[in-house]
Amino acid sequence: MIEFCMPSLGADMEKGVLVEWKVKPGDRVKRGDIIADVETEKGVIEIEVFVDGVVEQLLVKQGEAVPVGAVMAIIRCEKEDAPPTGTEPHVEKIGEKKDSLDQPPEPGLTYKACSIAKHRETHPLEQPSEAKPLVSDGKNRLKISPSARKLAAELVIDLTTVHGTGPEGAINRSDIEQAAQTKKETKKAPAPPTGFQDKMRQAIAAAMARSNKDIPHYYLETRIDMSHALHWLEMENRKRSIKERLLPAVLMIKAVALALGDVPELNGYWIDDRHQPREGVHIGFAVSLRQGGLIAPAIHDADLKSLDELMEGLRDLIIRTRAGRLRSSEMTDATITVTNLGDLGVETVYGVIYPPQLALVGFGKIMEQPWAENGMLGIRQVLKATLAADHRATDGHKGAQFLDAINGYLQEADKL
Amino acid sequence: MTKTEIKDVIFRVLGRIAPEANLDELKPDDNIQKTLDIDSFDSLTFFIGINEELGVDIPESDYGQLVTLTDIIDYLSARVE
Repeated sequence: MIEFCMPSLGADMEKGVLVEWKVKPGDRVKRGDIIADVETEKGVIEIEVFVDGVVEQLLVKQGEAVPVGAVMAIIRCEKEDAPPTGTEPHVEKIGEKKDSLDQPPEPGLTYKACSIAKHRETHPLEQPSEAKPLVSDGKNRLKISPSARKLAAELVIDLTTVHGTGPEGAINRSDIEQAAQTKKETKKAPAPPTGFQDKMRQAIAAAMARSNKDIPHYYLETRIDMSHALHWLEMENRKRSIKERLLPAVLMIKAVALALGDVPELNGYWIDDRHQPREGVHIGFAVSLRQGGLIAPAIHDADLKSLDELMEGLRDLIIRTRAGRLRSSEMTDATITVTNLGDLGVETVYGVIYPPQLALVGFGKIMEQPWAENGMLGIRQVLKATLAADHRATDGHKGAQFLDAINGYLQEADKL
Repeated sequence: MTKTEIKDVIFRVLGRIAPEANLDELKPDDNIQKTLDIDSFDSLTFFIGINEELGVDIPESDYGQLVTLTDIIDYLSARVE
């Protein structure tokens, strides 16, 4: 038996509200299947299961707020002796004990999400105000159609503010549209303190405050001549239809992923006062939400993906991030973060590491700049790449090797 | 296709990319990217959307001249049947 617990969908998460089970007892599930939707400060996340088995019991009701690490379901494994293997086991045998949901994670868990939760306990943060559950349990459970829920997520409508006009007060699409209209009309009014925006702000505040307090950052910066890479990209894009075109950001992400192969010390986590590098290179790509806020979902195994796969994956990821349809593995697995602020004309990014990761790579705008080489002065397309890294885990020498490797890969864009 | 019809298509595509934006407030000479906070991925998604709706394939080298609503409407009206 495996106890499936509420994953930590980011260092800043305290609890999640179960929106909907996607499975019922007796259902057969495979590793990677989505078994539930959970509402967090960063939207509704699709929770994946990380074992093959049969759902034995669902322990949490729709609408319940569940602390990170608390047991949500019991899954009977097909191979009882085989706990999940692979990059990150997300469930762990905890024994047969079924305590209240307030039970903190058991000590000594290797399960990453629980480890993060445990890590956080030693660094108490001011608790954000009690999250108002989207749906309340029991007979007062909120009724809403899946398409209305999706629309609400897309339009960033707080469901607790929507008045349902369907049968038994069910919320339908027109109610969401009405709420969106009302929201638009009152756009200039200050947001209510329990709004989605405020919750996300609080979550980011908690993670960043912890980062600045706990992580001794060091910063390195390098100028990269992008002339060759951009020339190659221009030639390549000319051959491609508009749907197949690549953006420079994809080259940068691939270069970072390959450079982590050369300097693996920067790929992974600092958990329990220990440097824990990871093999899988899962790059968190910072996506800003226009209403405010930030999510950095993971692009899995970026080092193994082609530029086309990365481009397609990124586009899909950005759309789903903004629509609030991310999967749990995308929220938890990032082993490093890349942020690209070049679109806004920023030249240099000084990043704050997203705990418990080890580093953040920042890219600015690619701009024409004077460039001296071999005693000659010329004009080149220059990109400033910066590294913010955790000095507990690595030293500047490693960081310098890493930035140099990124530069090297970008000089040979045709081989990326 | 009239300029008004092209504008409707542009707004439809933009509405999918930035659903929270109030497009009525977008002025003809506003820099769309800055006004609507659109990044390079959104821009490409926009051009793909225009390509799907109107069949106009905009080469990358022309992106730079398509900054405002007026720019884009003029560019497309010269290329749409």
